[in-house]
Amino acid sequence: MYETNYHRASSIDDAVAQFAKGTDSKFLSGGQTLLPVMKQRLAAPSDVIDVAKIKDMIGIDVSGDTVTIKAATPHYDVAQSDAVKKAIPALSSLASEIGDPAVRYRGTIGGSLANNDPAADYPAAVLALGATIKTNKRSIAAEDFFKGLFSTALEDGEIITAVSFPVPAKAGYAKFPNPASRFALTGVFVAKTKAGDVRVAATGASQSGVMRVGPIEQALKANWAASALDSVTIAASGLLADIHGSADYRANLVKVMGQRAVTAAG
Amino acid sequence: MGVEGIGARVVRKEDRRFITGQGRYVDDVKMVGMSYAHFIRSPHAHAKVKGINSTEAMKMPGVIAVLTGQQIVDDKVGNLICGWAITSKDGSPMKMGAWPAMAPETVRFVGQAVAVVIAETKNQAKDAAEAVVVDYEELPAAADVRAAIKSGAPQLHPEAPGNIVYDWHIGDEAAVGDAFSKAANVVTLELTNNRLVPNAMEPRAAVAHYDQAEEHYTLYTTSQNPHVARLVLSAFYNIAPEHKLRVIAPDVGGGFGSKIYIYPEEMVALWASKKVNRPVKWTGDRSEAFLTDAHGRDHASKAEMAFDKDNKILGLRVKTHANFGAYMSLFSSAVPTYLYATLLSGQYVIPAIYAEVIGVYTNTTPVDAYRGAGRPEASYLLERMMETAARQLKVDPTELRKKNFINQFPYQTPVIMAYDIGDFHASIDAAMKAIDYAGFPARKAKAKADGKLRGIGVSCYIEACGIAPSKAVGSLGAGVGLWESAEIRVNPVGTIEVLTGSHSHGQGHETTFCQIIAERLGVPISQVSIVHGDTDKVQFGMGTYGSRSIAVGGAAIVKAMEKVEAKAKKIAAHALEASESDIVIENGEFKVTGTDKAIALPMVALAAYTAHNLPDGMEPGLKETAFYDPTNFTFPAGAYICELEVDPGTGKTSFVNFVAADDFGRLINPMIVEGQVHGGLAQGIGQALLEGAVYDDTGQLVTASFMDYTMPRADDLPSFQLSHTTTLCPGNPLGVKGCGEAGAIGASAAVINAITDAIGNNKLEMPATPDRVWHAIHG
Ligand SMILES: Cc1cc2nc3c(=O)[nH]c(=O)nc-3n(C[C@H](O)[C@H](O)[C@H](O)COP(=O)(O)OP(=O)(O)OC[C@H]3O[C@@H](n4cnc5c(N)ncnc54)[C@H](O)[C@@H]3O)c2cc1C
Repeated sequence: MYETNYHRASSIDDAVAQFAKGTDSKFLSGGQTLLPVMKQRLAAPSDVIDVAKIKDMIGIDVSGDTVTIKAATPHYDVAQSDAVKKAIPALSSLASEIGDPAVRYRGTIGGSLANNDPAADYPAAVLALGATIKTNKRSIAAEDFFKGLFSTALEDGEIITAVSFPVPAKAGYAKFPNPASRFALTGVFVAKTKAGDVRVAATGASQSGVMRVGPIEQALKANWAASALDSVTIAASGLLADIHGSADYRANLVKVMGQRAVTAAG
Repeated sequence: MGVEGIGARVVRKEDRRFITGQGRYVDDVKMVGMSYAHFIRSPHAHAKVKGINSTEAMKMPGVIAVLTGQQIVDDKVGNLICGWAITSKDGSPMKMGAWPAMAPETVRFVGQAVAVVIAETKNQAKDAAEAVVVDYEELPAAADVRAAIKSGAPQLHPEAPGNIVYDWHIGDEAAVGDAFSKAANVVTLELTNNRLVPNAMEPRAAVAHYDQAEEHYTLYTTSQNPHVARLVLSAFYNIAPEHKLRVIAPDVGGGFGSKIYIYPEEMVALWASKKVNRPVKWTGDRSEAFLTDAHGRDHASKAEMAFDKDNKILGLRVKTHANFGAYMSLFSSAVPTYLYATLLSGQYVIPAIYAEVIGVYTNTTPVDAYRGAGRPEASYLLERMMETAARQLKVDPTELRKKNFINQFPYQTPVIMAYDIGDFHASIDAAMKAIDYAGFPARKAKAKADGKLRGIGVSCYIEACGIAPSKAVGSLGAGVGLWESAEIRVNPVGTIEVLTGSHSHGQGHETTFCQIIAERLGVPISQVSIVHGDTDKVQFGMGTYGSRSIAVGGAAIVKAMEKVEAKAKKIAAHALEASESDIVIENGEFKVTGTDKAIALPMVALAAYTAHNLPDGMEPGLKETAFYDPTNFTFPAGAYICELEVDPGTGKTSFVNFVAADDFGRLINPMIVEGQVHGGLAQGIGQALLEGAVYDDTGQLVTASFMDYTMPRADDLPSFQLSHTTTLCPGNPLGVKGCGEAGAIGASAAVINAITDAIGNNKLEMPATPDRVWHAIHG
């Protein structure tokens, strides 16, 4: 690791101010992505602004039809939260499948979304549920937030403060883990909104990051049942291919995981 | 059997310090004035090193030196050696290129060191390494065997035209031709044995210290065989003479073969400690381990087996290309020859065998012995062949095996090995019973109704362990003898130290070896210490690999004990005024048989050291040494059966059951044996389902971290059902065969046979990832 200046921010404003002072600052939340990269000397921030202890950034709030998860809330808390389990069980179950216990105790939803790893789990939920990403400056719709591999709509120094999820009528997530990293080789999140709309997002599959899956959405709109996807074909073009899965294999997984997600959603 | 003697499930003595974090590993060693080494490694698979500029680096804080490959050459440090000479078919010796510890001119794999920075701290060394400018001229690379043997392929070493190290053969080609001409059926099979990265939990490390006053070197290193390291470092690398070099391998966190070899980093640390006149520490990180620890396996083979009309095997023909990587590592040449092709008879009567092995250089990390070393490759080939044959001949795979089993011992195979003893029917019967083989068709039908593809796969392995009779291996080209030594020191108070040339890096010697003493003397194991891993304490030894520690090292302990007991009996007889032949040893006492006269071990020991009243002419003291050279290999064997289910939607495999019935001869500590089998099975299953080192066409290692290289985790593995059948090894005084490698040797074929059975397609390579299995199902 290169030498860096560490600051523990006391508030969101303090974090933003500290960030501005450094020449090449980075926010640090759970550190599960940033620290390994720094240890390998692949990142060299001048200043690291720790947001994980800011009180206003930790916690889960369910009110009416909205679940709000503050950005520095660790995956473990989301997985354990009775309120989330009740309102959007698919979301707590997704959180319970991220990494291993050590990762879940530290890693946070804000860090995961800001990082936008194409194989991360949360982006599928955020996109399928039509969540809103709250920052210190604005609210960003899920549609507008993810901009391809490891890139987002966040501006330099903009900090995610919370994510709010509309409570769906039904939702389910099915993840096929990469055998090595256990990130999603492909994960599919299906949701039926209270208004009756169907939104489906797949992570791990596309070359441009998390994506909506039109053919599955249409099939489920017509018939919310796993069997409705039997005749759906997912095109392999534009999908990721690596030693763990070819594009046609991932295309198959989008469909099969889609079916299992519908079954999980009930 | 006493409570702590042979056969007792004694809890491991060493585990208290390991579990409480008090193990002492190389990286725990700190010395006054210690400096830190960081290597500068090639990012290219093949390149000329045109120049190394360290001017800026030398100005950076804390930098003590930047040393290069040219300086290693100038100081006449020897090139790395390969210790087993193999002769090609045409009688020519193997063709090897030079491997300098740091490359002065040409780099041939990603990760090869070209220079080292020595600095006051590790971070300063890393910072300065980034400021060293290496001018590379990239050359085309041959990243796999197929690419390397093509005409016009990039050439790695001028000494090895066509990148061929050797073209070796064994067996009787004419007899095999004859067998095939008479065959009623011929079964053919092509397969690869995937390359593996050993990934011991503790990365390699070295702390080297040169004492200017004494002109003496000390090297703490992660070694499975510190004496071999000392021998090689002095006799071949000319870094320090043997009597001025102490090599210490303290607690070592796993080896699996990868810590047999004396690597460039350890050599450079030792050499550099004199150059900078400071202790030098190098601790590899996981990325360096992936790139530089010797990899394992990597064979591509074609095999044909001939059967008569009664399904008896007539002959076997095998052609294997073995990938050695960019350089010939210490024992690499022996692995795909004498440790592989000599096991191709398996558990079967195969009247004629002919095998050709072509060793090939590629621009990849060097390949050498890894848990099983050659024997997993042989077992995988043969056991997939038996299953393939059974399917083609439409007979039950267990029946086909039983029909061809060797039943008479000793049995001379057509490929050197002479099996001393075994009972292959006993192990397959035990495994079939344990898994309820007969009930499988019903279980398969039920799984089918649930939408799952269920399969069962058998693997009957045999291995040659207890490596090895020195004369035999010498005649086959080995540069060393493979005996073992032991020294027993009975202290004046009756406590005992056993000095052994075996090295424990997870095997539990500190417990097992004590149990041998406890069995013989009837003393508690707390009264016995095992001393190992230090060339200043133990006079010589050949180390631990090839499941040799108990069969060879344990036998040496027995031999030394026999001498100790003989002398002790003389002393006891003298003290008790009895005849020596009437003395028996029981519960730590020397007794006159049939009387109540006895003298306890501490009194005998004290008598030996006070020497006030010893038999006339007897030397004082109670300490004996033995060197034990085995007369044959040992032949652990067994049957593994795996039952699993495949999810046709995703290609994912889930285990239903895995049973292992092994014959290891006498078990000293069944609990430790089970642990060894569990670990071996994990590695064998890992190879079958999860692990595989992948290079891209340019020679970059794609699986260079755990993000892409799938190490087996506990939840990837089934709960194993183990059992043992026993034939005692007649070749050593303990009747033991060794158990360290069996799991890794036998497991992979059982898994692949089960998957191919489940999916009804025999074309499947390891690792059988969900992606591969899904494609095999859906075409
Ligand atoms: C072994 C392992 C396994 C894993 N497995 C999975 C898995 O299965 N599925 C999965 O989805 N993920 C997985 N992860 C990633 C994990 O979920 C991380 O927690 C997550 O990617 C990053 O969150 P973090 O809080 O650790 O962020 P950090 O590492 O602290 O930060 C990541 C990035 O986000 C930025 N950032 C952090 N917080 C904010 C904020 N509030 N506003 C703006 N920018 C911010 C940082 O500057 C940095 O660039 C795994 C990680 C590890 C180490």
